[in-house]
Parts: sequence; structure tokens; C-alpha cells
Amino acid sequence: MHRGIDSLLPSEEPVQHLGADGRLTPLGESAKPDDEALLEGYAALVAARRLNDQAYALVRQGRLAVYPSSHGQEACQVAASLVLGRQDWLFPTYRDSAAVVARGVDPVEVLVLLKGDWHAGYDPREHQVAPQATPLATQLLHAVGVAHAATLRGEDTVVMALCGDGATSEGDFHEALNFAAVFKSPVVFFVQNNEYAISVPLARQSVAPSLAHKGIGYGIPGERVDGNDLAALLSVLGDAVTRARDGEGPQLVEAHTYRMQAHTNADDATRYRNDADVQAWVHRDPLTRVETYLRGRGLLDDAKAADLAEAAEVVAARVRDGLNTDVEPDHRKLFDHVYARRTPQLEEQAALVADELSRETATEDAR
Amino acid sequence: MTATIQAPAPTTTPARGVETLTMAQALNRALRDSMAQDESVLVFGEDVGPLGGVFRITDGLTAEFGDQRCFDTPLAEAGIMGFAVGLAMNGMRPVVEMQFDAFAYPAFEQVVSHVAKLRNRTRGALSAPIVIRIPYAGGIGGVEHHCDSSEAYYAHTPGLHVVSPSTPADAYALLRAAIASPDPVVFLEPKKLYWAKGQVELDAPAGEIGTARVVREGTDATLIAYGPSVPTALEAAEVAATEGRSLQVVDVRSIVPFDDETVCAAVRSTGRAVVIAEASGFTSVASEIAARVTERCFHHLAAPVRRVTGFDIPFPPPKLEHFQLPSVDRILDTVDELNWEDA
Repeated sequence: MHRGIDSLLPSEEPVQHLGADGRLTPLGESAKPDDEALLEGYAALVAARRLNDQAYALVRQGRLAVYPSSHGQEACQVAASLVLGRQDWLFPTYRDSAAVVARGVDPVEVLVLLKGDWHAGYDPREHQVAPQATPLATQLLHAVGVAHAATLRGEDTVVMALCGDGATSEGDFHEALNFAAVFKSPVVFFVQNNEYAISVPLARQSVAPSLAHKGIGYGIPGERVDGNDLAALLSVLGDAVTRARDGEGPQLVEAHTYRMQAHTNADDATRYRNDADVQAWVHRDPLTRVETYLRGRGLLDDAKAADLAEAAEVVAARVRDGLNTDVEPDHRKLFDHVYARRTPQLEEQAALVADELSRETATEDAR
Repeated sequence: MTATIQAPAPTTTPARGVETLTMAQALNRALRDSMAQDESVLVFGEDVGPLGGVFRITDGLTAEFGDQRCFDTPLAEAGIMGFAVGLAMNGMRPVVEMQFDAFAYPAFEQVVSHVAKLRNRTRGALSAPIVIRIPYAGGIGGVEHHCDSSEAYYAHTPGLHVVSPSTPADAYALLRAAIASPDPVVFLEPKKLYWAKGQVELDAPAGEIGTARVVREGTDATLIAYGPSVPTALEAAEVAATEGRSLQVVDVRSIVPFDDETVCAAVRSTGRAVVIAEASGFTSVASEIAARVTERCFHHLAAPVRRVTGFDIPFPPPKLEHFQLPSVDRILDTVDELNWEDA
């Protein structure tokens, strides 16, 4: 039952397999990244970056109300989904649209929330992806519940629960890690530490040695990983998923990355951070290093890169078409799905709206 | 029409007829019968395992069904509620106990943002059939943070059903219906009635959520009450009868959905109404009922609809709580003011 502290401690520095220069680190040399997985991952990175750029453009065009971009965090997004199997669940936040898409959900359905047609645009059961959570850390507890239900039924489901550095300050983060530890639930808590919670820097969230060290307090092993290194992420998250599936309980993984853009388009990041700070992260871009590595290995050439870009462009075009298509919101839906069946009071209120609309129509017809 | 949710009639259990039980025993029987009928029903919370709950409502469940079906959790109400949401997302029917009314507040965000909204957010793809049991209200001499009437917070949240039984029979039937409901139900258990005895029909065909009931016929005025205030209303009607006044009593039973039909038919039959509740009166469930009755029965009313509620103060310490609780005298004084001179 008792685990020694040493077995819970994260590594001294974030695990890195591919350096920013695209070369394997000594750790990467011994880990021998899987070529096939990296190539698949790179394709997903290109698609994720294109999705982020496209969504950002759609905000400027007024087609999306808002978009919290994961630009710069695409390696985390892609890895979180690629390490999961069909039987697993993903619990994303509002910034994790690219992870949801990497799991196979239609990007047009993903963006319904931000387009404003409804709260969640996809059926969570189809790809076992929970609705994107806007309140912070609340979804981590749901992840533990889903995992525990699977455990009770003897299923080998693993749940990947995402949150950011700010969310680690919330009470629900603490309660979720503690519940998962006590019930030995197969959950991987994956924190994308992008250094900012809107404007508030990490130093105001925590003075812990690292966010991964927080696992010690719950008896959960923690690990730190370079959040811009797809090879390391696939390895660290993949191992965590395997251990959870093997019945070894939850794990906490902190990826160190950086939010390259403002919190959302409505935010002005120049008020709280310097451009020089952002520029320092440009050369650590998660796409560049994988591309350099794959080209060096002869696994990627200009023709193949063009194919990947074109595939991403096809998806971007689909997103544009989907978002540029106006869907007339159905007012009757306002009163559906509040309960399994409308209450008498909701029937009355729905009738009121229908009556208002019919009178408006009659007035227009009379003109 | 009335939205009622029928609990499936027990099919496998043999006829057991009618038993005399306390409300606590009736709730325990409802949990046992639901757990026996449906393997996905899980009971958890603080001290609900071997101890059987601080009020013994879950007594014997761990022994009978095992510690995977009825179990203690870490002491964290938001954790309990969020955990329940996830279990419900993955096919379970959680019944959680919030140990006391005022101890449920840490779970409020999970209740409001997730339990209540999951079905709506996902357009019906997911739902949260969770029963949130809350030992509730005063009248037991409880020290601070043990006596809150918190129904308005929940009733104000679309997506939740809110019920409160006033008899052991209703406690059994409504809890069975709540567990069978496809929607989340906040189940408010009046603490002061836990030890009240009554006859419980264990083979009753089905409990239902969404209906009120006339529990005493009367012709002069209607007392509208729920949960802990129903016995007080009945006592007031008994006293009034000795003074020559015939008071009708309606037990609301289901705060959400609210049974306008039954309540308003009752008020129209007498033309006078007093709403009784322990909770502070300002922006309360009692206020909502008074407004609804006034809007719907105005032309049948001989007097303004009155409320007898708790004062707008934090729940008092034990030696002062009797000032806060609606009393027979306060109810009868209010009835006396219902424009009888015009009758």
C-alpha cells in the first residue's frame, strides 16, 4: 500500500527526447522513438496548427464568438489523444479543441460551442470525449467517476483528464487527484502548464517545485515532460496510460509549454507579458523539431510535407464551410433536454415563445 | 398535463403488504429495494458505509450489497458530487448523501454547472440520473450549520427536480421514484421527521414525482406546505377544527416540478390560502407558490395569499430556533387575518 516518496517524484528536469534543434537527446537515443508513431503524430501536428490558425481567422471574421487557441501547445494536444485507445475517454477543456479533433471528432461539431449554436456540438459517446469544460478543474472529478464506473464493471478503460496550470489551484483539482488515488482509478491527469492563466503567471498559482510534485501529497506518481516535444510526450503519456490500464492507478503528468497567443482574441497579452518572452519560445516550436528530425531520418520530404499540408487544408476548408453556414437556431430546442420530459411549466413557456413568434409572423404578413 | 416519473413497479419481490416504519426506516427500505432491483444503483458519501450514516439511513447496505455498492468516500462534497457525475456519465445511478444541508454547499458548483446541465449541454446525449439526499431543515435542536432550509437554491436551478416527503409512506415512494428518475433529484429529508412513524405500503405500484396531494379536506381556507411543515399545518387544521374553522391542507411533495393543477384547484375550492415553510421567506419557494397561486386563482380569492415562513435571519441557535419555525399559533393567527369579515 505504502509507496516510497522516491517512486512518486518527477524527474529533475522535464523529460525531453527531441531537442529544440530536432536532434535526439541522450534520453531520446535510448528511448528510440517509434518512426511510424512520430510520422502519424507529425501529420496530426500539422492539422492541429492549421485548425488553430483557421479558428483564429474565423474569430476575426466574426464567425466564431471566441477561440482559446492552443497555438504552441499542439504537441500536447496531439499526444493526449494519440496515446488513447478506442475504449478510453478524453476529458478536454475549452483550450483543447485540437485534442478533441485529434481524437476523431468532426471539427465543425467541436466549434459549435464557440460559434454559439449550442453548448456542445458533438455527441460525447461517439468518440468517448466529454463535453469541453469551461469551469476549471470540475471535469477532473467527472473523469474519476467515469474511470471508477469502468473499474467496477471490470473494463480496461483509461481516462485522460486535461487541465491547465491555473486549474491546479482549484479545489476540484485536489479532490479529483485524491479521489483517484483513494479509489486507484485509471486516470492520467495531464496538466498543460503554459505559464499563464489569462494574465496571471505560474508564480502566482504555486510555489511547489513543479506542478508534477503535487502528486506526492496524494500518493500519485508525478512526471514532468517537455510540452513541445512530441516524442517525449508520446512516451511519458503512453507509459502513464499503460500503467493505469495495468491497474497501477492514476498518474500526474505536467507538460511545460507556452501559450503563444493571448488567452483568447478578447485578451490583450501585451498588458502582462513582453514580446521578448514570447519570442524566446518561437525556436522551441513543437512542429519544427519533429519536422527536422523526420527529414533527417529520411522519413519526410517536400512531397510528403506538401501532402500533409494539403490534407490539413482540406479540413480547414471544411471548417470554413461549416462555420460560414448559418444554422437557424430552433427556439423549440430551448425547452428540450432540460429534463427527460418537459415539465408543465416548460410546456407553458414554450407555448409562450411559439405564440410570440406566430404573432410576429402575422404582423410581418400584414405589412 | 402533469409530468410524473413512475418508478418501475417491483416485479421480482414477493408481496410484503403494509408495515409500520419510521421515515428513516422507510428511506433505508427504499434504498435497499432499489439497490436489489438495479445493480447500477450505487450509494456513497461520508460515513454511509459501516456506520450506516449519521442518521442510519444507509444502515446495513454495505453488509448486504458489498463495499462496491455502498461505500465511504474522502470527506469532500464537491468531490462526491463530481465523482457522481462521472459515474452517471458511464452508466451508473449514484445516490449520494450530503451529511447535512449546510455541508452540501461545497458541492454547489458541481450541482449547478454539471448535475443540472449535463443533459441540456449535450442535447440529451448524456444525463445525470443522480439522487442527492440531504438531511434538511431544523426542529432537532441542531447547532449552527446543521439546520438550513436550502431548497430555494436548488429549486431555482433548471434541470433539477426537488422533492421533500412528509410521511414515511411518501419517503419510501418518492425515493424509489427519485432513484428511477432519468433526471437528477434533490431529495430533502426533513430531519425532525426521521423518527416519525407511519404505515408504508411497500408494494405500492409506483411512486411519482410532480404531484401534490390534498392531505386534509377543508372548506374555509387552504394551507399549503411541504416536508417538515406539513405536520405543523395538519396540527393547525386540527386545532382550527375545534374552533369551528375548516382548513384544507395540501402537501406539495414535489417542489420541482410543481403541481399547479392540484394546488390551484384546492385554493379555488376555499378561496383563501396560506403558504407555510421553514425557509427564510424572502425570494423563497413559499414566495413562488404565493405568486403562482395569486396569478392563477386571483378571481377566486377572498383575501391576499399569505406566507408563514422563517424570518430573514441565519438559522438561530437551538434555544432560539422555536422563534424561527412556523408554529401552529403563527399559522392560526395568519388564518385569522384572511378577510373573514367580508365572508
